[in-house]
Amino acid sequence: MTSAGLFDGLTATEREALLRASHEEFYEDGDRLFEEGGHAGYCWLIRNGRVALDTTVPGRGHVVIQTLGAGDLLGWSWLIPPYRWHFGARAVGTVEATVFDAAQLKVLADQDPRLGYLLTQQLLAVVLDRLQSTRARLLDLYSHD
Amino acid sequence: MGHATIDTDELGTLVQVLIADGYQVIGPTMTGSAIELAELTDAGQLPAGWGVETGPGHYRLHRREDDAMFAHSAGPQSWKTFLHPPRRKLWSSDTDGSFQGADEETPRYALLGVRGCDLAAIGKLRDVLGGGTYPDSSFQARHQALFIVAVNCTEPGEVCFCASMGTGPAAGPGADLTLTEMSDHFLVEAGTDAGRELLARIDHRDATTDETGAARSALEMAAHRMGRAMPEVDLRALLAGSRESSHWEDVAERCLTCGNCTMVCPTCFCTTTEDVTDLTGDHAERWQHWSSCFELDFSHVHGGSVRSSGESRYRQWLTHKLSTWYDQFGGSGCVGCGRCIAWCPVGIDLTEEISRLAESAHD
Amino acid sequence: MTEPMLPVGYRVIDRTVETHDSATIQLEPIDRSLDRFRPGQFAMMYAYGVGEVPISISGIGDDGTLTHTIRSVGAVSRALHDARPGTVIGVRGPFGTTWAPEGAAGNDLVVVAGGVGLAPLRPVVLSALAARSAYSRVVVIAGARTPDEFLFRAELDAWTARDDLDVELTVDQPAAGWDGTVGFVTEPLARLRLDPERTVAFLCGPEPMMRFSARVLLRAQMPSDRIHVSLERSMKCGIALCGHCQLGPLLVCRDGPVVTYTVAEPLLTVPEL
Repeated sequence: MTSAGLFDGLTATEREALLRASHEEFYEDGDRLFEEGGHAGYCWLIRNGRVALDTTVPGRGHVVIQTLGAGDLLGWSWLIPPYRWHFGARAVGTVEATVFDAAQLKVLADQDPRLGYLLTQQLLAVVLDRLQSTRARLLDLYSHD
Repeated sequence: MGHATIDTDELGTLVQVLIADGYQVIGPTMTGSAIELAELTDAGQLPAGWGVETGPGHYRLHRREDDAMFAHSAGPQSWKTFLHPPRRKLWSSDTDGSFQGADEETPRYALLGVRGCDLAAIGKLRDVLGGGTYPDSSFQARHQALFIVAVNCTEPGEVCFCASMGTGPAAGPGADLTLTEMSDHFLVEAGTDAGRELLARIDHRDATTDETGAARSALEMAAHRMGRAMPEVDLRALLAGSRESSHWEDVAERCLTCGNCTMVCPTCFCTTTEDVTDLTGDHAERWQHWSSCFELDFSHVHGGSVRSSGESRYRQWLTHKLSTWYDQFGGSGCVGCGRCIAWCPVGIDLTEEISRLAESAHD
Repeated sequence: MTEPMLPVGYRVIDRTVETHDSATIQLEPIDRSLDRFRPGQFAMMYAYGVGEVPISISGIGDDGTLTHTIRSVGAVSRALHDARPGTVIGVRGPFGTTWAPEGAAGNDLVVVAGGVGLAPLRPVVLSALAARSAYSRVVVIAGARTPDEFLFRAELDAWTARDDLDVELTVDQPAAGWDGTVGFVTEPLARLRLDPERTVAFLCGPEPMMRFSARVLLRAQMPSDRIHVSLERSMKCGIALCGHCQLGPLLVCRDGPVVTYTVAEPLLTVPEL
């Protein structure tokens, strides 16, 4: 998912509205963007760097489930109740990202269902890609046991 | 040079001249309950007066009312047994890293009684085993040493469909001599210099126009007496488009995946290898033997077999024979001899399966 | 002409353990050398008294030696994997088609490897590095099950350090201490900004991994004939005589192992073909 992808099909006015709901953010290595179980109030478009999604396992600490990189969209729990993060997120190295305010996105979508539908489609495409990659990993293809 | 005529008895001379020239003469002969191909030392070993009755999963000998020697359709063997032997040593090696080729002495075979279908099959084997970048040197040597006496087939059987495959009943080019068996003589045509030289050494006379006319009409009648016909469809395209047809499941319910069809097929060429060592472990050999795409291990890659179901293996065999053979070797792999029908223990008939596939393709 | 079914004796002169089940062996001819192998081609390798299997070359071999990386998955590959320096191996080849990386000159190269699929692709990267200026961007994406299961790990680290090569290593299952990418190879691949008409991709790994990766590239508008994959099937002869390696119309030993995705796509989606 690239920013170009996120804005696909949007009018200039809609793009501006989205950008008004966002700000640029910079993270240092190890900064945590959010924690598992926390309120999901934002989503991120990663401009640069890598973000690790993780969870905690007793005895193993934070276990990384997946990493995201430049162009990836991070976070969709803000769209669906109960609006809680399912995993945590940590910056690996320095990270630059555009952060969107979920409350404002929802207001925009409620006001303009066409925009809401386009955004939902883009998010679904992200979810689908990530689901398929995860399924590919579940196949454990490089094992021969 | 036109046709010649030889008396029936003169076939004995032909065999003796070939033997005198150093050929091992291979031809049809009765062995128990079938007509097989074996070394002949005398034309008297030919199955004079015997015919066969064939059908799906069926092959029976019967006594004929005449003494015809070549009036029996294809038996359980084909000539590939001699050109591409069932088992052959490839090399041996000692632990020093040297590998010695098998250095087999090339047998000089004279094949006597090769029908049109089987002559075409020899040509297909030549394309596969001798026509690529890396020819099979054993096959090539055996093939180059051949003397072929073909017979035009005037007695097609119940499972035959060579006319619809364009390989018979008249034998195509490639034979040194081609015989047509008539009631009291053979009509002979020489196709090569070697054939002409040999004909010159046996008692013959020019054929009369009546004789050539009678032979021609016997062949024309034979073409209309085929027990079967391959449906007139584009087989290559039909099978390429039928990979995911549900009909394969239907065949698989009948097919035992025994591989008989591949063993009797005159063009099935697949082989596998076997590595052996002696008890000391200081001497190793590699052998090649016939293999079949119906074997589960045939498509084994680490992790398992690619084609584990019976339906996928039958699909592989039929599709290869009639369709992907074109992609791989530039023609069809089937010559219409009907052996796979006769020797299938459950009587699966490929011409029938093609009809069914063609019907389901139209649905 | 030499007899292509007759192995030529080579001796193992070096062995490097790559992972818990993979090793790279280097071999030199005892008397006679085989013709030079090109990237993507394979040899039929005979372990004395055990048997013979096809193995792609994993090195360039401009000094007359052969380099093969072998994963121990069966009796023959175990014997080859275990072969210590001094062991005699019978080798036939070179067989099959090549990646022909030189044909991609002027383009961006994208190399995507999964597991031991990196071995047949290593010669592509080495030859690209040897003629680096002939290519624009060179990207290597390598996936492994765990961080311990990368082949050529020291070399991968050296490649990563180069500024004329974009290397991304990704694992399915991270382990403590791994701070790299976690995800299937399709994820970093999807993040690439490709110039679809000026990129050539080389994919090697398990078939689903190649299919999934090719789909990402097709979605990025890459023409399927710019995507090359390496196929694997059972092989006994390596020279189009034994019939084992058929995949639909292909004899993989002769028409492959390297084919374009235009050729492979319709064949890789039919079960049990």
